[in-house]
Amino acid sequence: MSAVIEKIEIYEKNKTTWTHLDALESEAIHILREVAAECNNPALLFSGGKDSAVVLHLALKAFFPETLPLTLLHIDTEHNYQEVLDFRDRVVKRNNLKLVVRSVGESIRQGRVRLRYEGEPRNKYQTITLLDAIREHNFDVCIGGARRDEEKARAKERIFSFRDEFGQWDPKNQRPEIWNIYNTRVADGENIRTFPISNWTELDVWEYIQREEIELPEIYFTHQRDVVIKNNLLVPVTSLTPAKEGDEISRMSVRFRTVGDITCTAPVASTAATIEAILLETAQTQVTERGATRLDDQTSEAAMELRKKEGYF
Amino acid sequence: MPMNNPINVSGLLRFITAGSVDDGKSTLIGRMLYDSKNLQVDQLTAVEASSKKRGMKEVDLSLITDGLLAEREQGITIDVAYRYFATPARKFIVGDSPGHLQYTRNMVTAASSADLAIVLIDAESGVKTQTRRHLYLVHWVGVSHVLFAVNKMDKVGFSEDVYQKIERECVELAHSIGYSKIHSMPVSALDGDNITSRGDRLSWHEGPTLLEYLEQAPTVQDLLHLPFRFSVQRVMRLNRQNIQVNSGFDGADLRGYQGLVVSGEVRVGDEVIISPGGHRAQINSILGASRRLVDSALTQESVTLFLDQDYDVSRGALFTDVNNPMLSSNEFNAELCWFDEAPLDLSRTYLMKQMSNATRVRLKAINELVNVETLERTSDHLSMCMNDIGQVSLKTQTALSFDSFKRNRGTGAFILIDEVSNRTVAAGTIE
Ligand SMILES: Nc1nc2c(ncn2[C@@H]2O[C@H](COP(=O)(O)OP(=O)(O)OP(=O)(O)O)[C@@H](O)[C@H]2O)c(=O)[nH]1
Ligand SMILES: [Mg+2]
Repeated sequence: MSAVIEKIEIYEKNKTTWTHLDALESEAIHILREVAAECNNPALLFSGGKDSAVVLHLALKAFFPETLPLTLLHIDTEHNYQEVLDFRDRVVKRNNLKLVVRSVGESIRQGRVRLRYEGEPRNKYQTITLLDAIREHNFDVCIGGARRDEEKARAKERIFSFRDEFGQWDPKNQRPEIWNIYNTRVADGENIRTFPISNWTELDVWEYIQREEIELPEIYFTHQRDVVIKNNLLVPVTSLTPAKEGDEISRMSVRFRTVGDITCTAPVASTAATIEAILLETAQTQVTERGATRLDDQTSEAAMELRKKEGYF
Repeated sequence: MPMNNPINVSGLLRFITAGSVDDGKSTLIGRMLYDSKNLQVDQLTAVEASSKKRGMKEVDLSLITDGLLAEREQGITIDVAYRYFATPARKFIVGDSPGHLQYTRNMVTAASSADLAIVLIDAESGVKTQTRRHLYLVHWVGVSHVLFAVNKMDKVGFSEDVYQKIERECVELAHSIGYSKIHSMPVSALDGDNITSRGDRLSWHEGPTLLEYLEQAPTVQDLLHLPFRFSVQRVMRLNRQNIQVNSGFDGADLRGYQGLVVSGEVRVGDEVIISPGGHRAQINSILGASRRLVDSALTQESVTLFLDQDYDVSRGALFTDVNNPMLSSNEFNAELCWFDEAPLDLSRTYLMKQMSNATRVRLKAINELVNVETLERTSDHLSMCMNDIGQVSLKTQTALSFDSFKRNRGTGAFILIDEVSNRTVAAGTIE
């Protein structure tokens, strides 16, 4: 039975130095395997962003050489950059993955989501589409790429985070999570969100992308883009977010630190064309990832916590 | 030393705060992040705005970690906040824990992955019951180092006498709980004395500042030197249909065991014992996280092992060093900490999870409870309610392979789950 293995019997010496990234990687693989072993129908939330690209890479490693025992799920705001969708489809095709796309636009057309105004950012409405998709496919767990260093409510969240039948997170009553022994049990209708890269920082993610040569959408690297500067943020001029009268449009070298709904995700000024350059910028930055890029988190002190309580990722 | 933190390279220190309500844990972490320039501009602006909104003249540094609405409303910490920061000397992950009795289990959650705990004591009010409870639990859950920070020295006029009195009490307490090397220091989290720089008012104190101490604190890598233990998380059965494209594997039937090296080290060609069953097998190949075949795997590595023959091995099985087998029994004693609002019910069964292994368990008896005030053990009127710690006798449905927690934190630890509510009701360490 071990015929195949013997054929490629060129053992390498195991690495002699165990780095910070090896440790984070091993922890994430352990978590992903627990999910696959204990849950019936796991979904991996895949947006085409860098964090989900890292989680997908970790999953491919965790189960290698076996195909992924899980489904990719993209909750599509229909407010995406084409580069991100192309990247998503490229990765799915290359690795022969199973992808389910459910769109907020569809939820709007069905009347499940009601916008307050045309062109309203759709980030928060992803919750409704997500909960509908979970019910439709009977996913008992959704694996996400959220990190604790992103935001103060995330900083409080467990690796295995429970949502009741209404999709709600109760931050005042989280299950204890002791050592690395995970309780993955949920009742019918309830749901788990698992975050294998909880303990990674933005810098760790970029170092890992560099080490593993993980492909990303082009817009993570410097490119020329028309933007309008508002409250220190660079608001991109797109067909969804056209310039208003009186807006001063500048063409700048920018890159995205995070990708999300076009209408509420801002790029940062940057000439970083390589990961090395991005690493340098990341080490030196004075502003957090969300602080520099998210228009929607700045509306209230607890925007993220409130969204999460409603069932957001 | 933590297990859910394979990160035990000397470069990284995982630490937590502990101690009673309002003794200044969150303020201390906020102060340290602020003074070591580990706050980003937008985080600081947000905290300034939130402080102002709450009518405070100065920035409330506890808001840096107290991020939940309910925490900010009540001015307390409810659940642990993790923060990631670095100095030129090393990287840190800090878990800022709640002091409130009701949230003790959240402190235990944070402590279970920490190398070191800073136990805070309010200089004005001294050691409290909750300080003792935290210290006891921090030791029980496996944190190898404690540092006492006697805080709010500004409130006692930076008095050396006050400090020394509390220090003596702490050292004695820590000794009786089982710590040998104990360090302590006076600080003022509010004003920043002895956090990142000494300041004049504590000039009588010799020794490092808090940050200097943390930069040099050792981490323990004891699991690496223990006998080999591997916990099977998942059995991979390869066939022609389920092979990743371009994986280099051609699709012959093959069975591999995905899991974690809990302790020790394994090499290709090593003989191991499979539990349950007790069969012996040889390690044929090791597939590393690198997706290449490697010659060995060390503690904390997630790998896939292939054996020389097909045995009956399923999730929860263990591969162990032939010369150092594990204990195996369906009856044993453990030190249990109860987390749930509903007390332990001796008439029920619970689900026990040890590494990736789950089995039903009945708790036959509560033998003793620890009185955290006196550290004495009592054996009358026994019941186990939330936050109680004590020794119990357990009987599992199927025999369990384990080491005592004192010898091996990986294989000697478990959690208990209520199968009806699905809640994690307790954690235990096997004796
Ligand atoms: N005078 C003085 N007050 C302090 C000091 N450190 C903290 N405080 C105050 O003590 C109160 C409680 O501080 P926190 O940091 O929230 O206490 P905590 O230990 O995190 O509390 P919990 O997390 O709820 O257990 C606040 O009003 C702080 O401003 C200090 O060094 N001196
Ligand atoms: Mg606090």
